[in-house]
Amino acid sequence: MAKLQTLPSAEKFKADILESYPPKVAKKRAKQIIVNKVEQENVPVIQANTRTIPGIITMRGCAYAGCKGVVLGPTRDILQITHGPIGCGFYSWLTRRNQTRPETLEDTNFMTYAMSTDLQEEEIIFGGEKKLKAAIDEAVALFHPRAIGIFSTCPVGLIGDDVHAVARAMEEKYPDINIFGFSCEGYKGVSQSAGHHVANNKVFTDVVGLDDTPKKGEFRINILGEYNIGGDAFEIERIIDSCGITLHSTFSGNSTYQEFITAHTADLNVVMCHRSINYLAGMMETKYGIPWFKVNFVGAEATSKSLRKIAGYFKDDELMNRAEEVIAKEMADVVKVRDDVRSRCEGKTAVLYVGGSRAHHYQELLQEIGVKTLSAGYEFGHRDDYEGRKVMPTISIDADSRNIEELTVEPDAGKYKERIGRDEMAKREAEGFSFNDYAGMMPEMEDESLIIDDCNHYELEELLDTYHPDLVCAGIKEKYVVQKRGIPMKQLHSYDYMGPFAGYIGAINFYREIDRLLNSNAFKFAKAPWDDSPEISATYGYNG
Amino acid sequence: MLLRHTPKEIIERSALTINPAKTCQPIGAMYAALGVHRCLPHSHGSQGCCAYHRSALTRHYADPIMASTSSFTEGASVFGGQANLLESINNVFALYDPEIIAVNTTCLSEVIGDDITQILNKAAAENKIPHGKSVMYASTPSFKGSHVTGYENMLSAIVQNFAKSSGKRHNKITILPSFVEPSDMSEIKYIAEELGAAYIMYPDTSDVVNGPLDGKFRMYPKGGTPKALIEESGDSEYAIALGQTGTLSAAKLLDSKFKVKTKIIDLPIGISATDAFVDTLRKIAGVSVPEQLVRERGQLVDVLCDKNQYIYGKKVSLSGDPDILIGLTQFCKDAGMKILHVLSGTPSGGKFVKRIKEIAGGDVIVKEGAQADLFYFHQLIKNDKPDLILGNTYCKYIARDMDIPLIRTGFPIYDRVGHSYFPITGYRGGLHLLIKMLDAFMDRQDRDAPEEQFELVM
Repeated sequence: MAKLQTLPSAEKFKADILESYPPKVAKKRAKQIIVNKVEQENVPVIQANTRTIPGIITMRGCAYAGCKGVVLGPTRDILQITHGPIGCGFYSWLTRRNQTRPETLEDTNFMTYAMSTDLQEEEIIFGGEKKLKAAIDEAVALFHPRAIGIFSTCPVGLIGDDVHAVARAMEEKYPDINIFGFSCEGYKGVSQSAGHHVANNKVFTDVVGLDDTPKKGEFRINILGEYNIGGDAFEIERIIDSCGITLHSTFSGNSTYQEFITAHTADLNVVMCHRSINYLAGMMETKYGIPWFKVNFVGAEATSKSLRKIAGYFKDDELMNRAEEVIAKEMADVVKVRDDVRSRCEGKTAVLYVGGSRAHHYQELLQEIGVKTLSAGYEFGHRDDYEGRKVMPTISIDADSRNIEELTVEPDAGKYKERIGRDEMAKREAEGFSFNDYAGMMPEMEDESLIIDDCNHYELEELLDTYHPDLVCAGIKEKYVVQKRGIPMKQLHSYDYMGPFAGYIGAINFYREIDRLLNSNAFKFAKAPWDDSPEISATYGYNG
Repeated sequence: MLLRHTPKEIIERSALTINPAKTCQPIGAMYAALGVHRCLPHSHGSQGCCAYHRSALTRHYADPIMASTSSFTEGASVFGGQANLLESINNVFALYDPEIIAVNTTCLSEVIGDDITQILNKAAAENKIPHGKSVMYASTPSFKGSHVTGYENMLSAIVQNFAKSSGKRHNKITILPSFVEPSDMSEIKYIAEELGAAYIMYPDTSDVVNGPLDGKFRMYPKGGTPKALIEESGDSEYAIALGQTGTLSAAKLLDSKFKVKTKIIDLPIGISATDAFVDTLRKIAGVSVPEQLVRERGQLVDVLCDKNQYIYGKKVSLSGDPDILIGLTQFCKDAGMKILHVLSGTPSGGKFVKRIKEIAGGDVIVKEGAQADLFYFHQLIKNDKPDLILGNTYCKYIARDMDIPLIRTGFPIYDRVGHSYFPITGYRGGLHLLIKMLDAFMDRQDRDAPEEQFELVM
């Protein structure tokens, strides 16, 4: 396998791509394709979270997908009604495979139900609010939910349906049910990211903080931005539970409404997917006094590091010792598989274009088995996900971002409670413990690696032609484009219907999966024996 | 207990659709456009639509599904999508070099009232469309009909844009298939070829969405009907449209605009409907049925008679798209099964209901349209339990809840492979489907049989 230094120059690759583009496209993409260079933790500026170029075959989705599909979808007992024509509700129906496990067979679980107002032409012309109200009546009669979320699709915003007014009116009719609407029309913002923000805002204003009854247990934490795809959250819970840490709420995997409304009583927030949920972490800190920091449970080493940080936060010797015991015990199993797999994968190369955090997290996991990341980028990340949160004050707000409300949050007079105190936080920060932190993806990547924001089909193809990576990680739309070439492709949204890949068991699963992908015989059949010499130079046969 | 909240008692709904038995128009339009050679579907609306449609089709076919989008932002939604579409056309031809761009609208561009004809005229006037290349569009608002309607609208737009009349008729019969698998499209062509009938068929997604893995990605795979052939269809003496819901407007257009004598018959699913297709084609083409098709038919009848005891009298509930449902219902009836329920989310009107009742008998419960959803289907099944369900992947939740075998038919099938390679149309497809049904019933008998009645030979 070619070593990074012997590969074609990243600058040349970039120049070639830009040259083949129409001038307007080239001008924009020049700022989104960056050759990495890390100098004292400083990295080049990358343009991100800007409009997708019309006509370009993008990997991105929309605000509705980010709001309903990603952030709210995994909560099993918030009844979710998509307000709009049928498509959006249909496509977001169970396709993200967020696992959920109600405690009993009788407990509420709406995950398998896709509900929609299925707007028809008549409602598009005369307004859909009446039908939405009727749909809520029918949903209440059938399902008796504690909470109802209403999700707006593109036409809803344009025809002027006020989902928030409908929510208020229906809440008056059903005072025991919390009903709230999301203005997550697909045209909002430039990607799924806008929908994450819309979801964060509404969950913060209408859900979190309604019930002050804390969950029992010591060291109570919320995990934010963990969606339990393939059971990741179950594995994380298993690990932190064995350390003696109490999982209060997960936003939002295997999650419930009750966990959301009491989440403000937890001791600490830790953030997995920075992109989709950092807003909520920040707002909960301001309003309720809960500190937060970034963790990463993708990768065995990253898991250990995150456990140590959480245990370190609580400054409890017994907890820290238990965490060390868990790490030692789990790592013994991990190391055996890791070293075995590494012996077959060392030196292989990968590219990752996915998500708003996954393209960063999974680099660590690949590194553990010796697979090097040549290039990476996010579908819907912002500059802070690439360059680190320190650049946030310098990010310019454009028209598309301005459309997403930025809430002004104040400390809650009754519910704000400092957890460890400002002085203590400052002291710890001086000692090197970081809060509100995310260093971003680029500082951890090698110089000369290609960082590509909103990588499109054309660039992916050029990249495969130029760099011949052994593995590609992206989403379903890219899956078979890559595999037709005989290159294995790992989906990092759906995990190709496997998992978990987080935590220690997840790391073992992932090592084995990459081992299968890189070393299975199957792809070797892409070439037929006659492909190398298609012309027959001599003939022999039965008939002479 | 994954559908634990579905009550047995049915209360009619008028506003809330739960677990839809349909999806929206643009995905059907995208699929139809993929059946034209070197055609790139383009979704005029938010990029989320295109992402969802590509994802759904990719999950179903496990093959690349290429399509571009106008990527509307809030600004475009307010000021109109003209600039986005013009820029798209420019970029698509520059980067992806299709022969045809097939634009489908979305609820967004329909609601804001983008005048696509005017935009395409502007694109042509500004020389954004390279010589010899085409941009066409179909209006596919998501708030009308279903994915089948979208397929129909794109097919009709293909006729409208490309079929031509030279004034001279030829003997190629135009065949318009409804929304079926690439394997079915292959099978329909195979039958025409075996008969020796000259034909033009479109759309044709075979060798587009069921391509081989051979180390190369092809943006435009070898399949798809070439534009030149579609053009010729205006000169056909005869056309056969297979499945009314997916082909009606295209068939009417061929008839009215080009005076092509057009017959609309059922999709050739099962013995009766395949007989009707073969018979129609044979008479129009003036050919006799070859030994090969007679043999295939005989084999299907052979298995049906030999193993009839395992299927006769079994109760079946079906959900899916109207054209496929008519074929499947007929096939189940021919096999001696009792049809309990037939449900389609696609609005297909009284004609569909009447047709199913004619085939299945008066007792069958038929429901179509907006509230004909899988929640209701499940409730029907709770009230009258069948031995078999025919439906898409989402029916697996009902099948599990009720412990009933499911044979996956229709769209989407996200959790099994085979549908894109092995047809359910034609005699060979009928045999394939029949064997699947027999396997389901025989596996069930083996699973449930008391020890002393566990049969070796069946």
